[in-house]
Amino acid sequence: MSAPAASEATARAEVMIGAIHRMLDGLGHVAVGAASPIPGSAALLARALSGGRTRVSLLGSRRHNAFTDGGQELFDCAAQGRIDAFFLSGGEIDGRGNINLVGLGGYPASRVRFPGSFGSAYLYHLVPRIILFREEHTPRTLVERVDFISAAGSSPAGEYRPGGPQALVTGLCVFAFDKARGCFRLETTHPGISVSDVRAATGFNYDGPERVPETPPLSREALKLLRSEVAAQVAETYPAFAARTWGC
Amino acid sequence: MSAAPPRLSLDRLAASIPDGASLALPPSYSGCAMAAVAALIRREPRGLHLIGVPTGGLMADWLIGAGAVASIEAAAVTLDEHGMPPRFVDALQAGRIRMKDATCPAIHAGLQAAEKGVPFLPLRGILGSDLLKHRSDWRVIDNPMSRSPDPIVLIPAIRPDVALFHARAADRDGNVWIGVRRELMLMAHAARATCVTVEEIVDADFLADDDRASGTIPALYISAIAVAQRGADPIGLAGAYDPNHAAIAGYAAAARTQSGFDRWIAEHVLGAVPA
Repeated sequence: MSAPAASEATARAEVMIGAIHRMLDGLGHVAVGAASPIPGSAALLARALSGGRTRVSLLGSRRHNAFTDGGQELFDCAAQGRIDAFFLSGGEIDGRGNINLVGLGGYPASRVRFPGSFGSAYLYHLVPRIILFREEHTPRTLVERVDFISAAGSSPAGEYRPGGPQALVTGLCVFAFDKARGCFRLETTHPGISVSDVRAATGFNYDGPERVPETPPLSREALKLLRSEVAAQVAETYPAFAARTWGC
Repeated sequence: MSAAPPRLSLDRLAASIPDGASLALPPSYSGCAMAAVAALIRREPRGLHLIGVPTGGLMADWLIGAGAVASIEAAAVTLDEHGMPPRFVDALQAGRIRMKDATCPAIHAGLQAAEKGVPFLPLRGILGSDLLKHRSDWRVIDNPMSRSPDPIVLIPAIRPDVALFHARAADRDGNVWIGVRRELMLMAHAARATCVTVEEIVDADFLADDDRASGTIPALYISAIAVAQRGADPIGLAGAYDPNHAAIAGYAAAARTQSGFDRWIAEHVLGAVPA
């Protein structure tokens, strides 16, 4: 890997971490699931900036995970309202906030098979702030309609649903989710990305003004904390990501 | 004590898992009984129904590649950062195995129902997911405790024939210490039989010490124990030894084809006959 490519990837990861950590400001308990290095970094950064007031449960970590009742505890916790924010991704995410973690091109013998739905079908309904993240922002990942709904973006009135999508953070931009209308609205674009870049790269329709602000960069203090203390914490659970992003 | 579960060789332990059994397996972050799965493959079982608690990984892929599996129920099947399990993907696409896609808490709820001896547990969420369309065994009812309409999903009890996992230690009476890995406790409570491999058998009574006892599965749930040093290699065992990422990556690359899988298993698994 060449040096410029690596630093570009680092810059993109840091802008996504910056966008996500601002959504976690002031929360009591943030949980992070499997295969989520960028959200995990954002959660650990939010904790560091909160002076430890934000609790983080990083699944897959020995050190930053206080659960003692087995794999089931996260889910019991979520259903009781003890988790304020969680992160989900998808092989496909559609304009209604539906996510697909199962596969493309038919079911069960999918043409492309993904690992599976994990806890999404449940946590999406129960955790108040679900932040969707997907670094690859292309028409094949952000689609009009997912091939398989692992977890639905919204529910009919009358269904018990304290949780749902709050935002979608990609390698290009930040979308907010409009719960009432059940669709996304473009909020900010990352440095160097235009609204037309986002439109061209997105397979679903969304509300987008002609001009949006740039995704704010991390403060100097936050960036320093991220690259030192937080990067070392991230390396415990995501060594390859930490090495690639910060050389630690 | 006469009530202690039998200590078996790995091969005898594997032989106690019959063809066609439903077999509950832990996730990669818990106690993966890799040495026991190797022994199981040596006896060429057929028609197993795997249950990933709540996900399947390398154990499942080895068994699928060995032709031992008819179906798998799991919330996901994955080799984590090493990508999709190649034999699972191939078998699914060729229609050689049946996948019952689930979601993590549904697997836990099914086992918890079995643990309580009740036919089902209700669970929030899931409504609107395509999982429901493909799981005719999951039901939606109107919450009978509510005055207003409140649809809720019922998950039927999952009672595995056998739970199989690896743990750090057993004591002389067959009590098995699992520490904080309490999904292993849930598996043992729910299954008809529980086969465990351990790093060592300690001449002690874990139940006599409150600190130990709180993380210990009592022998009453344990059907058989075999000693397997480094029995979770190459997945690793938290608190004891790390994953061997080079070995897992080597497997993931080799097993893209059936012949590659056969060679890799012959060299790394079947060849490594334990003493």
